[in-house]
Amino acid sequence: MTSVTLPPVAWHAIEAFIVLNVLLGLVAYVTLLERKFAARMQSRIGPYYVGRPHGWLQPIADALKLMMKEDIVPTTSDRAVYNLAPIVFLVPCLLIFATIPFAPALGVADLNIGVLFFLAVSSLEIVGLFMGGWGSNNKYALLSAMRAVNQIISYDLPFIFAALVPVVLAGSMQMSAIVTAQHGLWFVAYPVIGQLAFVAFLVATLAAENRVPFDILEAESELVAGFRVEYSGMKFALIQLAEYAHMLGTSFLGALLFLGGWLGPGPAALGPFWLLLKAMVIFLLVTWVRWSFVRIRVDQILAISWKLLMPATLLLLLATGLVVATRGAGGG
Amino acid sequence: MTAADARARIQERFGVDAVADGGLAVTLPRDRWPEFARFAHDELGCRYFNWLSAVDWKDQGFEVLCRVENLDTSLVVTMRTRLAAGETRCPSLTPLYRGANWMERECYDMFGIVFEGHPDLRRILLSDDWEGYPLRKDYAVDTPLAPYR
Amino acid sequence: MAATQTQQVVEVGYGGNERLMMNMGPQHPSSHGVFRMILTLEGETVVAVDAVIGYLHRCHEKLGESLTYVQYPSIASKTDYVAAMTAELAYVAAVEKIAKIDVPRRAQYLRVIVAELQRIASHCLWLGTWCLDMGGALGGGATVFLYCIREREMVLDRFEELTGARLLYGFHQTGGTRYDMPAGWDKKVRETVDFIEKRLDEYEAMLEDNTFFRVRTQGVGVISREVAEAVGVSGPLIRGSGVAYDVRRAEPYSSYGDFDFVVPVETAGDCYARYRVRMVEFRQSIRIVRQALDGLPEGPISSRPAVKSVAQVRVPKGEGYTRIEGARGEIGCYIVSDGGPKPYRLKWRGASFSNLAVLPHIVPGHKVADVVAIMGSVDPVFGEVDR
Repeated sequence: MTSVTLPPVAWHAIEAFIVLNVLLGLVAYVTLLERKFAARMQSRIGPYYVGRPHGWLQPIADALKLMMKEDIVPTTSDRAVYNLAPIVFLVPCLLIFATIPFAPALGVADLNIGVLFFLAVSSLEIVGLFMGGWGSNNKYALLSAMRAVNQIISYDLPFIFAALVPVVLAGSMQMSAIVTAQHGLWFVAYPVIGQLAFVAFLVATLAAENRVPFDILEAESELVAGFRVEYSGMKFALIQLAEYAHMLGTSFLGALLFLGGWLGPGPAALGPFWLLLKAMVIFLLVTWVRWSFVRIRVDQILAISWKLLMPATLLLLLATGLVVATRGAGGG
Repeated sequence: MTAADARARIQERFGVDAVADGGLAVTLPRDRWPEFARFAHDELGCRYFNWLSAVDWKDQGFEVLCRVENLDTSLVVTMRTRLAAGETRCPSLTPLYRGANWMERECYDMFGIVFEGHPDLRRILLSDDWEGYPLRKDYAVDTPLAPYR
Repeated sequence: MAATQTQQVVEVGYGGNERLMMNMGPQHPSSHGVFRMILTLEGETVVAVDAVIGYLHRCHEKLGESLTYVQYPSIASKTDYVAAMTAELAYVAAVEKIAKIDVPRRAQYLRVIVAELQRIASHCLWLGTWCLDMGGALGGGATVFLYCIREREMVLDRFEELTGARLLYGFHQTGGTRYDMPAGWDKKVRETVDFIEKRLDEYEAMLEDNTFFRVRTQGVGVISREVAEAVGVSGPLIRGSGVAYDVRRAEPYSSYGDFDFVVPVETAGDCYARYRVRMVEFRQSIRIVRQALDGLPEGPISSRPAVKSVAQVRVPKGEGYTRIEGARGEIGCYIVSDGGPKPYRLKWRGASFSNLAVLPHIVPGHKVADVVAIMGSVDPVFGEVDR
């Protein structure tokens, strides 16, 4: 493929362009998937009329609608911060896809510190969140931004610890190496440690993605819509896009770290398909939880994180280290 | 405590005959209104505050009614007091019954009866700048509406 | 906060906390209508609440004075529009009591059936909206909400078959009921309550077995017995606070004395206790409906001729207070009659008004998220609060 003589930078740029566009389409259709899935859970039909059968044009109609809506900037807002916030929120959420390989050597950049890059960048989204909440000059948004900072700080650590378990098991931070290490045994099937880490990862994912039962910063029953209450039109669309992109990215990460990435039966060309399927499984798990639980309170969320999840994941990481060390000593 | 006992005690203490009408209806002078409420609360055990309202008897003044209950013995006491014509002041029961707070505010809102000793006597249902008291009989229904602000 | 406000009062507490005034309502997703709470916050904790009501005020009491006894019942249902059957019944029963009008037994049984079906429908709506408050329109709450609305719809269909209307019925009239049940209606009602009874198990499995639901409701919004009585709350609220007070039992009306049912009581006084009380009430209502259908006597449905003129009902001079147990608690009408075709004075004792008055006493000290949970557990209907 590299027979075309292009400088590596240009090659990366083309790849990034393709990934970005595929990703945006995917995000749009993930929203449709979630809506249909939720509708089934609630004995509804969901989107139906826009693009028969089953509303397959709905995401495009939504995007068009949001683009055409009036862009309202509250007069009392901090204009610069308010306008910048959706972009600051979106960029890290898209950037995380840079390190995700969709198949061996198919991705923008398979960094040797891929997992670390992913975790570091994905927690940057809080800056955008806080800017949005602060810049809107709205009390609901402000409270939501406060909650966001509390929650994301609390849940990033368990999230990282849970994600580090496969890293320790594989002995590498490179995504492709982690997948390769899962030949034969996916890490989710690794006795005890794998399952515990996967559950912890899912819980922390819910919190990091601000999904029910941890969606206290959106909390439309008390804070109306939280930090995005003042946003409309395309800025609102960017925030939604960022949220779903983040969710999708985390689902891909979960699939790569725990579910064996692109490994699966059939020819190697099916790799991206398997990865997508596994990511969707994680996504639907998260959605399932979302549509069956009630939201919990901010103090309870913090208590779960600091009193339960943090020590548990820390211990798990320690145990993983011990297992790997003894396995190494035993010559495995 | 049965209704008959309560009736005897009211007779002894306040010198008024309670009318038995699915409960006890006691008519009191305005001065003894809070005193009787205290008696009903403490001695008759009527701790349940049901409702408080008023009736405008035109030139015979307002009548304020209050219904309290003892839920354990199903004793119902309806207290009533007649304010003299032109009189709009009445002692408040809010210090005794918390539920009287909103009920007295509503009564003030609708009748203009000023409950003395109420901690927070504001209009409750109507807007703060409403003119007049709608449930008074002299509040004509066909009063022209205030211009839209 | 906002630059448009001329003055911003910031109180700095000794803990170094700045207080924030936050307006919740009148337009707010969980204001259950039009209700405004002015919250004073210290961080996430509520330190003071000022409740502002009256946005839906239509001066029902004045309307009652200017409409005749025949005209008003159709408007009475608009006080509590979520449980219109019981609101109508309250007024009609009060008129009957003062005028000493008898009600035939068949009409009494029909009244019990519709009142209990109405309680089921109203509690369905309560459960749904309350979960919506806690779980969000984009979360598990919405799922319960849609399930509950589906079941409520079945009851509304039964009402439609009976009266031709889905929400505001005009079913009761002085002296009896306006309509008799159509053929086959009782069978459909039985099927409906059987179905709902099964679904109740599903809700309980979905909510009670869920730790998150429990931590959100247990120990939240505790109403002590003392506060409950002093404020005068009624219905599921006071039964959740350990008082077995139910008008159906304390002062049976409309032949409630004929039926066998349990008055549920919980002692904790928190949101979960109120939830439990209502869940038991669902089942007790179903029991009463079945008993009433079993024992439904034959006979006329009204002791009075069909309505031909608006001034047909005249009530002798007198006064009286009549109460019934609505879905939200004690609904009462105090009527003073001067002998004319219209009441001289009509006082509505709305259950929601008294129930809502408890909010300022129990909300301070809770987190913002609890405010909506408590508010939902009170189950106010603002038509009845503002009247």
